[in-house]
Amino acid sequence: MPRPPANQPLLQVENLVVEFPTRRGVLRAIDDISFHIDQGEVLGVVGESGAGKSLTGAAIIGLLEPPGRIAGGRVFLDGGRIDDLPPEKMRRVRGKQIGAIFQDPLTSLNPLYSIGRQLAETITTHLPMSEAEARKRAIELLAEVGIPAPDKRIDHYPHQFSGGMRQRVVIALALCANPRLIIADEPTTALDVSIQAQIIALLKRLCRDHGTAVMLITHDMGVIAETADRVAVMYAGRIAEVGPVRQVIKHALHPYTEGLMGSIPSVGMDRQRLAQIDGAMPRLNAIPQGCAFNPRCPKVFDRCRVERPDLMAQGTTQVACWLHAPDRALAKAAGGGRG
Amino acid sequence: MTAFVVRRLMQAVLVMLTVGFIAFTMFNFIGDPVNNLVGPDATAEDRERIRVSLGLDRPFYVQYVKFLANAVQGQFGTSFRLGMKVTTVLAERMPATLELVFSAALISLCIGVPLGVYTGIHRRGVLSRVFLTFSLIGISLPTFLIGILLILIFSVYLKWLPSFGRGQVVDLGWWSTGFLTQSGLRSLILPAITLGLFQTTLIMRLVRAEMLEVMRTDYIKFARARGLSRRAINFGHALKNTLVPVITITGLQIGGLIAFAIITETVFQWPGMGLLFLQAIQYADVPVMSCYLILVALMFVMINLAVDLLYYAVDPRLRADRGAVRGRQV
Repeated sequence: MPRPPANQPLLQVENLVVEFPTRRGVLRAIDDISFHIDQGEVLGVVGESGAGKSLTGAAIIGLLEPPGRIAGGRVFLDGGRIDDLPPEKMRRVRGKQIGAIFQDPLTSLNPLYSIGRQLAETITTHLPMSEAEARKRAIELLAEVGIPAPDKRIDHYPHQFSGGMRQRVVIALALCANPRLIIADEPTTALDVSIQAQIIALLKRLCRDHGTAVMLITHDMGVIAETADRVAVMYAGRIAEVGPVRQVIKHALHPYTEGLMGSIPSVGMDRQRLAQIDGAMPRLNAIPQGCAFNPRCPKVFDRCRVERPDLMAQGTTQVACWLHAPDRALAKAAGGGRG
Repeated sequence: MTAFVVRRLMQAVLVMLTVGFIAFTMFNFIGDPVNNLVGPDATAEDRERIRVSLGLDRPFYVQYVKFLANAVQGQFGTSFRLGMKVTTVLAERMPATLELVFSAALISLCIGVPLGVYTGIHRRGVLSRVFLTFSLIGISLPTFLIGILLILIFSVYLKWLPSFGRGQVVDLGWWSTGFLTQSGLRSLILPAITLGLFQTTLIMRLVRAEMLEVMRTDYIKFARARGLSRRAINFGHALKNTLVPVITITGLQIGGLIAFAIITETVFQWPGMGLLFLQAIQYADVPVMSCYLILVALMFVMINLAVDLLYYAVDPRLRADRGAVRGRQV
C-alpha cells in the first residue's frame, strides 16, 4: 500500500448502508452515513441505544452479525477500500490495522486461556515474532496498560483479574499489533464510575503515545467531552450532527444534540430539573417521513415532515437539520422565512 | 484439590457399599440356585450337600459379612453354572468387552466431535442438515436393530465382514486382544459401530448445541476482532469451551457403553462380560451376576472420578485455590 498523503483521512466512510433482511421486509439500521477519522484523531460517536453506533463500528471491521449486511457505500482505510475485502484479507486487517474494544471486559476474554497466551496468539498472528518475543512484548504491553507485576500476572487467567484490570488487558490486546485505529464500543459502560475515568485516561494516553486514532462509541456525553476531538451524533441510523467537540457542546445546532446536552447534569447547576427529550427513538420499521427526529423535535416545521435533511456544512460543523439549510438562512437574511 | 479427591473417594466407597448390598441380596431373592444346578431327579441329600458346599445354608448376616470380606479381597466365589471361580470367568471375558467399549467410544469421539463442530459452525449449511437428519437415525433406532441391519448388509449381502464372534485373538498372558490380528479387527468393526452409533450422534448433537452457545459469546466476538484465524477460533477458543459438558456426557456414556454392550454382545455373539451376564441370568448364576454388578459399578465410579479430574485439567477456574474461586480478585 503506498504511503497516503498527509491530508488523507485515516478512515473514510462514504454513504454506508446496513440492512437486516427480515420476513417482514428489509430493515435499514444504518441509512447512508458518511464520516471520516483523521490520523491520530479521537472521534466520539454518541446517540441513544439503537441509533446504530455499534453497528457502524461492526460494519467497519466486517463483523456484522448475519443476517445484517452492508447494503451500500464504501469504507476506506488509508485510502484502500476495505468493505469489499474477502474474509481472509479482512481478518488480517482486524487486529493488525483496526483494533477493537468491546463493552464488557468480564466476558471479552476467554476464561480457559491465560491472558499471556491470548496476548501472544494475537501478536504472533499479526507480527513476525517468535513465541518468546511475543511473550516479551506481551509483558511490556501489560506494563504499559498499568498491570502491576506483569511478568507474574501474564500467566494468570481472566477470572483472577478485577473488571478494571480485565479491561486494561483488553486494551493491551487491542493495541498489541500497533493498529492505526481502535474502535472502542462503550469501553467503560460495564465498569465502576471511579474506574471508568482511569480507563478512559489510559486509552487516551496510549492512543496519543502510539498515534492511534480512536472511534469512541458511547452514550456518555461526559466521556466524549473529555476525550474526543470531534463528535458525531447519531439518531435512528443517521448522523444528525458532526463537528469539533467544543463547538458541538457549546453551540449545538441540531435540536436533538441540544436535547442531549440539556440532559447532562453538571456540578454548577444543582437544583435544576434536567431537560429530557420527550418520546422515544422510532423503531426501524416505523421511521417517520422527512427528518426522523421530527415527531420529538420542539422546533419542527412543515419541511421536516416531508423532506429528509442531509448533512449541511455550518462553519466547522455539519448538521442535518432544515433549520440550518442554506436557502432558509438566505431567506432569513432576506427577512422572509417561515416558522 | 487433595481434599476434593479424598471426598470423592469416600463417596465412591459409599456407592460401592450400596451396590455390594444389592449384589448380596440377590443371593437370597432370586430363585434357588440349587434347583438350577441339579437335575430334577436329584435326591434331597444331593441338594443339601450342594447347598452346604456353596455356603447357602448359613444365616443371612453371616453370609453378608462373609460376602463383603470376600469381595474386598476380590473373591466372589464359584460360578454355580460353570463351577469355576467367578473372578477367573469374568477376567477371561473382560478384555473382549473393554476392547469393544474402547473402540466404540473412540469411534464416537472421533466422528461425533468433528461433526458437532462442523454442524455448529455451518448452522444453515446443506451438509449440516444432512448430518443432523442422519443423526436422528442413530438417536432413535434401537441398538439391536442397527446391529441386525448391519449384519444383513455387510455380512449377508456384501459378505465383507464376519457376522459374529471375535475372530482370532492373541493371548498376552493376562489379556487376550483382538487388535493384533486381521480377523480380530474385522470382527470388531460391526459391533463397535453398532455400540458407538448412539453415542456418536449424542456427542455430535451435544457438541453442536454447545458450539452454537459458545459462538455467541463475547470472547468469540472479541477473538474475531483480534483477527485470529478461523481455525484458532473454532478449534482453539470455541471447542475448548464446549469440553466440560462433553467430558461429562462422554464419561457417563462410557459407563453406559459397558452396560449396553450386553445387547450388542448378544446380537454379535461377542464373547464378553455382557453375554456372560445374560447367560448367568438365565441360570440364576448369582455369584456371576453380583460380581458383574459390582465390577460395572466400580467402572462407573472410576470413570466419574476421572471425569472430575479432567475438569481440573480443562478449566483453570476450578484449578485455582478455593479462595479465588469464591471471588477473591486482585
